[in-house]
Amino acid sequence: MGRIAALTRNPVMIALVAMLAIAGCASKKTPNSAADLGLNGAGAATPGSAQDFTVNIGDRIFFDTDSSSIRADAQTTLARQAQWLNQYKQYAIVVEGHADERGTREYNLALGARRAAAARDFLVSKGVASSRLKTISYGKERPVAVCDDISCWSQNRRAVTTLSGAGS
Amino acid sequence: MRSFLKPLLTIAAMALGMTAVVPMPAWALVELNVNKGNVEPLPIAVTDFQGGDALGAQISQIVTADLKRSGLFAPIDKSAFIEKISNPDAAPRFDDWKVINAQALVTGSVSKEADGRIRAQYRLWDTFAGQQMSGEQFFANDANQRRVAHIIADAIYERLTGEKGYFDTRVVFIDESGAKNARKKRLAIMDQDGANVRYLSDGRSIVLTPRFSPNRQEITYMSYESGQPRVYLLQIETGQRELVGNFPGMTFAPRFSPDGQKVIMSLLRDDGNSNIFAMDLRSRSTTRLTNSTAIDTSPSYSPDGSKVVFTSDRGGRAQIYVMGADGSGQTRISFGDGVYSTPVWSPRGDLIAFTKQTGGEFQIGVMKTDGSGERILSSGFQQEGPTWAPNGRVLMFFRDSNGGPKLVSVDLTGRNEQPIPTANFASDPAWSPLLE
Repeated sequence: MGRIAALTRNPVMIALVAMLAIAGCASKKTPNSAADLGLNGAGAATPGSAQDFTVNIGDRIFFDTDSSSIRADAQTTLARQAQWLNQYKQYAIVVEGHADERGTREYNLALGARRAAAARDFLVSKGVASSRLKTISYGKERPVAVCDDISCWSQNRRAVTTLSGAGS
Repeated sequence: MRSFLKPLLTIAAMALGMTAVVPMPAWALVELNVNKGNVEPLPIAVTDFQGGDALGAQISQIVTADLKRSGLFAPIDKSAFIEKISNPDAAPRFDDWKVINAQALVTGSVSKEADGRIRAQYRLWDTFAGQQMSGEQFFANDANQRRVAHIIADAIYERLTGEKGYFDTRVVFIDESGAKNARKKRLAIMDQDGANVRYLSDGRSIVLTPRFSPNRQEITYMSYESGQPRVYLLQIETGQRELVGNFPGMTFAPRFSPDGQKVIMSLLRDDGNSNIFAMDLRSRSTTRLTNSTAIDTSPSYSPDGSKVVFTSDRGGRAQIYVMGADGSGQTRISFGDGVYSTPVWSPRGDLIAFTKQTGGEFQIGVMKTDGSGERILSSGFQQEGPTWAPNGRVLMFFRDSNGGPKLVSVDLTGRNEQPIPTANFASDPAWSPLLE
């Protein structure tokens, strides 16, 4: 169950699930509608909406173990985020930094903070006004994936760009 | 919450006179040398305290459990007892206790005074020397029955080991409930044996890393209640809370100085690194102790207040460093194969406890204050965060297994590991000083 929850947090999977749900809606009512998943038909998200950002842009990047370096794949995501954020300037932004459970609590709070700062600095370097950006670290206190192996830990080592009022 | 840590106990401790038995030289008395590497637990018989209805048996049971959990004593099952103690103040039939190999014997009584207080007294006997070793009596109000038993256990422990006991103590910790990705965390306090749990926060905000003040009345901890995670002080008695300092970013990893006048903690820098600051609680002035482009965290004072041990990844990965309390002379002391964090200075001053990650395991260990003599006491898949019993002989930490964390204690030999019973999952234990 935790594994499934983790996968649905992946933007690509969310889009896929949403489209399947919409297809399902055409023929019959399904209890697993996109609305039930809190997505409100994200595949057709209004451009500039929070759903648009989460689903079509991708709200999170992942890190290597005990590292806050922005990987190449994360740079691509952040550049896309910056472009979108520069287009839709109405949003204030909080970058959440997270760590996996394979570290001690206080160190991981610091590591999560460093990851959030690294993502923030990258967005600023791509033109997002620093006045719009805040950071917060959750250390290892808010895992999205809850199994005890690498597949989950890699999902949890993340920085999530959240829009004001959008939640994470 | 009222009168919780208050002077619960008018502990009027009185020595009880020695009863008339043949005096023996002191060197003949039974004793445990806890400094030897491998201590054989001492067989001891704890009889039911006389009087007080069920209370007498309950006191005996708590004393027995405390001594047993220490790993230094092997309480003998009551069913093996031959003599039934009718007068706890009279010399027992020593032969009856020698034959079941009870090297030490505890007798006692409990009664209610006219003013409602409880009077409890005990005598400790050396059965092979045939004489009383100690005897005291205590008065407590009704709500503190368990504390009386812990105090008696401490007295027995101290008389037989020469070390201070640690049973009349409390532990603050984080009570955890709910699914792993939506954990509810509450600040909680309990007796060191898991009894008398009380909650100090409602679980609406994430709370982490509570630590006791040396005055036993305050806790410093971290909370997300304002949105940004910050360090707070909490008065246990009154529930009064206050923010420690007014910093723009996250403050975390707080601990008191040994005199209780300062809180030392990490402060997040704007560049994403973390440095260590000390804040004077009276003047509110802050002193920066480290200034590195690294993670510097988990500071812990030496018991004389002259030094601070902390974690830093300035050398690449997290290691343990020691500095003067003014930030001078920052020196790395851990050089083993692995990542080191959560250093905590022993209340005796002789050792530093830590968490070490190596080979896919988390280990709890101790090293001397110069980093030499590392010893691993416990290894596991996921465990961390040691806290010292006030006598510096036992550590408590938390271990994540079967879906969530639970508290565990281990003594300095590493041979005596004990689960601490809690209703829910539990993490971040911090041991109080001995109560007063």
